[in-house]
Amino acid sequence: MAKINIKINNIPLEVEEGMTILQAAKLIQVDIPHLCYHPDQSVRGHCRVCSVEVVGGRKLMPACATKVWEGMEVFTNTKKVYDTQKLLLEMILANHKQECLTCQRNGNCELQNLSKRFNLTSPKLPNVVEKLPVENNATCIVRDLSKCVKCGRCAKACREFQGIEAISYTGRSSHFKVMSAFGENLEKTDCILCGQCTAACPVGALVEKDDTDKVYEALQDPTKHVIVQVAPAVRVALGDAFGMEKASIVTSKMVTALRRLGFDQVFDTNFAADVTIMEEGTELLDRVQNGGTLPMITSCSPGWINFMEKHYPDQLAHLSTTKSPQQIFGALSKTYYPKVSGIDAKDIVTVSIMPCTAKKYEAARPEMGRDGMKDVDIVLTTRELSRMIATAGFDFAELPDDDFDAPMGIGTGAGAIFGATGGVMEAALRTVYEVATGKELVKVEFNDVRGYEGIKESEVDLNGTKVRIAVAHGLKNARVIMDAVRAGKCDYTFIEIMACPGGCIGGGGQPIKTTVDIKKMRMDALYDIDESLPLRKSHENPQVKEVYDNFLGKPCGHLSHDLLHTTYQKVDKKYTF
Amino acid sequence: MMRDEKGMMTPELRAEIDAILTASGNDGSKLVGILLDIQDIIPMHYIPEEVAYYLAEKLNVKVSNVYDVISFYASLYDRPRGQYPIQMCESIVCGVNDNGFVFATLQEMLGIGLNEATADGKYYLECVPCFGACDVAPAVRVNGKVYGHLNSREKIEAMLAELV
Amino acid sequence: MTKTVTFMTRNFNKYDVMSIDEYIAIGGFTALKRAITMDGEDIAREIAACQVKGRGGAAYDMGKKWSQARSEKNPEKVIVCNADEGEPCTFKDRTLIQNDPFNLLEGMIIAGYTMKAQNGYIYMREEYSHLRPILLNAIKQANEKGYLGKNILGVEGFDYQIHLYSGAGAYVCGEGTALVESIEGKAGRPRMKPPYIKQCGLYNLPTCVQNVESLSLVAGILNNGDTYKSYGPADCLGTKLVSVAGNVNRPGVYEIPFGMTVREIIYDLAGGVQGDRDIRLIQFGGASGKIAPASVLDTPYTYDDLKGAGVGVGSGAILVVDERTSVIDFLTTTQQFFSHESCGQCAPCREGNLHIKLLLQKVKAGTHTASDVKLLKQIAETMMITSLCGLGQAAQSALLAAMKHFPQTFEVK
Repeated sequence: MAKINIKINNIPLEVEEGMTILQAAKLIQVDIPHLCYHPDQSVRGHCRVCSVEVVGGRKLMPACATKVWEGMEVFTNTKKVYDTQKLLLEMILANHKQECLTCQRNGNCELQNLSKRFNLTSPKLPNVVEKLPVENNATCIVRDLSKCVKCGRCAKACREFQGIEAISYTGRSSHFKVMSAFGENLEKTDCILCGQCTAACPVGALVEKDDTDKVYEALQDPTKHVIVQVAPAVRVALGDAFGMEKASIVTSKMVTALRRLGFDQVFDTNFAADVTIMEEGTELLDRVQNGGTLPMITSCSPGWINFMEKHYPDQLAHLSTTKSPQQIFGALSKTYYPKVSGIDAKDIVTVSIMPCTAKKYEAARPEMGRDGMKDVDIVLTTRELSRMIATAGFDFAELPDDDFDAPMGIGTGAGAIFGATGGVMEAALRTVYEVATGKELVKVEFNDVRGYEGIKESEVDLNGTKVRIAVAHGLKNARVIMDAVRAGKCDYTFIEIMACPGGCIGGGGQPIKTTVDIKKMRMDALYDIDESLPLRKSHENPQVKEVYDNFLGKPCGHLSHDLLHTTYQKVDKKYTF
Repeated sequence: MMRDEKGMMTPELRAEIDAILTASGNDGSKLVGILLDIQDIIPMHYIPEEVAYYLAEKLNVKVSNVYDVISFYASLYDRPRGQYPIQMCESIVCGVNDNGFVFATLQEMLGIGLNEATADGKYYLECVPCFGACDVAPAVRVNGKVYGHLNSREKIEAMLAELV
Repeated sequence: MTKTVTFMTRNFNKYDVMSIDEYIAIGGFTALKRAITMDGEDIAREIAACQVKGRGGAAYDMGKKWSQARSEKNPEKVIVCNADEGEPCTFKDRTLIQNDPFNLLEGMIIAGYTMKAQNGYIYMREEYSHLRPILLNAIKQANEKGYLGKNILGVEGFDYQIHLYSGAGAYVCGEGTALVESIEGKAGRPRMKPPYIKQCGLYNLPTCVQNVESLSLVAGILNNGDTYKSYGPADCLGTKLVSVAGNVNRPGVYEIPFGMTVREIIYDLAGGVQGDRDIRLIQFGGASGKIAPASVLDTPYTYDDLKGAGVGVGSGAILVVDERTSVIDFLTTTQQFFSHESCGQCAPCREGNLHIKLLLQKVKAGTHTASDVKLLKQIAETMMITSLCGLGQAAQSALLAAMKHFPQTFEVK
């Protein structure tokens, strides 16, 4: 890249051509205020809060969208700039339902931060917000359009990451809204509940459904035995919510926090991930050997399952019938665990901590339970757990270490990497290779399936048979794969798909302000966990061996089939023609 | 928001819509024109929700995009209007030529308010911005036809008499 | 009516607009026939020699625009005829389409030849749907006669087609990037610039957008450029269509030579003010144009003179408002228009129009304070310097001019 010379606030600097004013100002430690800008999304320049003065121009320029040019002179600190930015913020604030103290995003809201920064203590404008009903009857996502600042970030997440467009721009002028067609309830649209919109929203217009009260209630109930499982991606993200270094590995502090919150047992979803590999790996080999539907596609990601049921209902046979780790844990927590612990299943409350909003929907599916009991009773996102920890007043970064409990507390490195795109594939290959070839896999890393690329492909040699595999994350990429599958134009045997960009580490329930850079750090952290563990193959997990020896029998056996496998159903569109 | 019952799409309407789609080559980029053409043939001159879903499926575009277009353009409507939607110009040229008389007279003669239809669904009153008939202000526009110089009760009556 | 001229309007009522044969019989397509013997650059030069400025409102040098469009390297290019005449009080393009559709087509075909475009799109506002049959017929007949299609007039490789697209009631679609979004089947919300549509417009192709009136000038200039240059003062050659309406006795479209005074236009052509009343204000160029008191009457109608008087040509509209309407009533009606037409995507225009509407209501009710007036001005100025597109930037032109010319309107009681 060529270098060019510019001046910002009279400070000369040499920057790369193609940079925006917003990026260049960071080099002189100036954070130009912005609201609609998101580093992972296309730039549309709609809020204009980043307007700055460029010498020679009559109008102000949006810093997020204006690229620097040779000799450009920018001022971010004149009275004109300050007055303009402040008035724009005041206008946006005047059309925002200001229930800040009772808002889920209180203290973590970009508009709140900006109004603090601009000292908006004496608003000149009347509040003009339109009173609209809050859509809070959903399982996963709560929408309050009266809080929407019309930045469009949710719509861009839905379109640019996921290709769904369940919500988009509608209307015009003061009726301009970002919402679903005909104002339909989100769950009834093409929405797959991934929650990427909640992660993109700068304010509290789109938030996860808060289920923490249900957990507090269970924890207070002396007749209940409350157990918790934690997904692999939570332990590399939770620290972000407490200002720790990004992507810190906080597994043992998290266990302590959960124990001190009052959970009777703290278990690890990584254990269930290892069971998933046993089932899914066996299922794959069975499909290959007995002419089952191929390619087989993973089924861990509930957003992805929703996507298939709504958008590719004719292709459901490709999905592995193996339940997700959350639901495998849930099923075992109400069958195997009572048997081992002697506690009546009716008295057990199973809580999940997940990086995901769609997991709430998955747990609520009618098929996910038995005898009138849910397998997983309550699902909290990483964000909800961080709020519980904050409420308890724990100094999270300083908490002592603790370990998961038996009999569902050991996870291998294979289970750990489930949280990153490519992780399920790699974990499965580690086991499938050894089962299929009877040989020991010495080098366990499959680097071809690692990394942030949207679609990754590779080929594995299983005893002389070449098996083609693919990995995709983000549903826009998934659509590319599924169109090829539908057209019969792909020679893959096994495909891993995760709904969210980056996999679960980039899930819609992860701490706010997750960017691609942070996701990459979380991926690295998961691979670090994997490398640090003595056991890195699911079938070597001693607790997994126990559960098969003492309870399930064999993978894909009768009881497994009953407890650990599921079915999928076409979701009818609102209108069929 | 007006909610549609399913069943708007009669086989006859579907055939007419299909003919419009075929004439425009099933080209999603012609969505704006397609919607206008469909709105013309629907008796109450709007785009029912079910029709929007149908178009999304046939043109392979997202229904959210279809709705965005309907809700963005002022000449497209997502709720029933009337057989004869009377569009009264509310812009400045008609404004300085006493369009208030037109508004008041039409409301009184039809017994309806703004954005309301007569009980039989025949007439519907709405305000629209300037449609470029300033040389004959004050003016109204009904299903594409302009009626100008409406500065007397007789002229307004004559205009209504034409709408049959 | 002797003061009007007939350069652009020379064919009005001379032929049946549904008949290409009659158009040919009165000399139609002779300009095109001449054009195809010329180098495109020379065509652009002839237009530049006539000092033609684009008639959509921005008044960009047309010859320069054509020359720039020619220099775009992309093998595929697009011409768009902007017939989305949405400025209130503007109906000159309607008149041109209604009375001389083939002349417009001829201009568009010459534009296609000059810029080496393959496709031309006429984007006409839905409000003019009654003119669709005229244009569709004209396009059809031009195809039948070989003025459109492949190897036009036997020129190898001169392949050009014209398509008619309809707007659907959105003033903002007159803005170039919103217009191309609309032709692509989307809501017409303006795109961020850059990229500019001249490089990356409709379907990401280099796109040259020209107003109906601009294109309607082309054939006349190629045939009789000297006649065109014989009109107007030396620094503002030619003729212009103006649409005069409001409180005048003979509202209508008039072709004037540049340099005629505003008084002559209003009193001699448009028949003066209804009931000989006094003029309250005159607005130039549509709702986004500036206003002036009657003192502007003796200003010659040229780009520079109007600018000097604090107004502008804009869309060519001249709205005369007499003493019966107060300045504040005028402003609230104009504001109603922008409150309806803002596309809503950028914050200053969406929120600004909302607050200005409320503040004007206070001024009208007489309940405003000095700080309200200050705020009104601050919001208007912020909209002007921060809005994403021309709509938001120009929406408060009239208000800001009113604050200057009619300060008593805003006096705190």
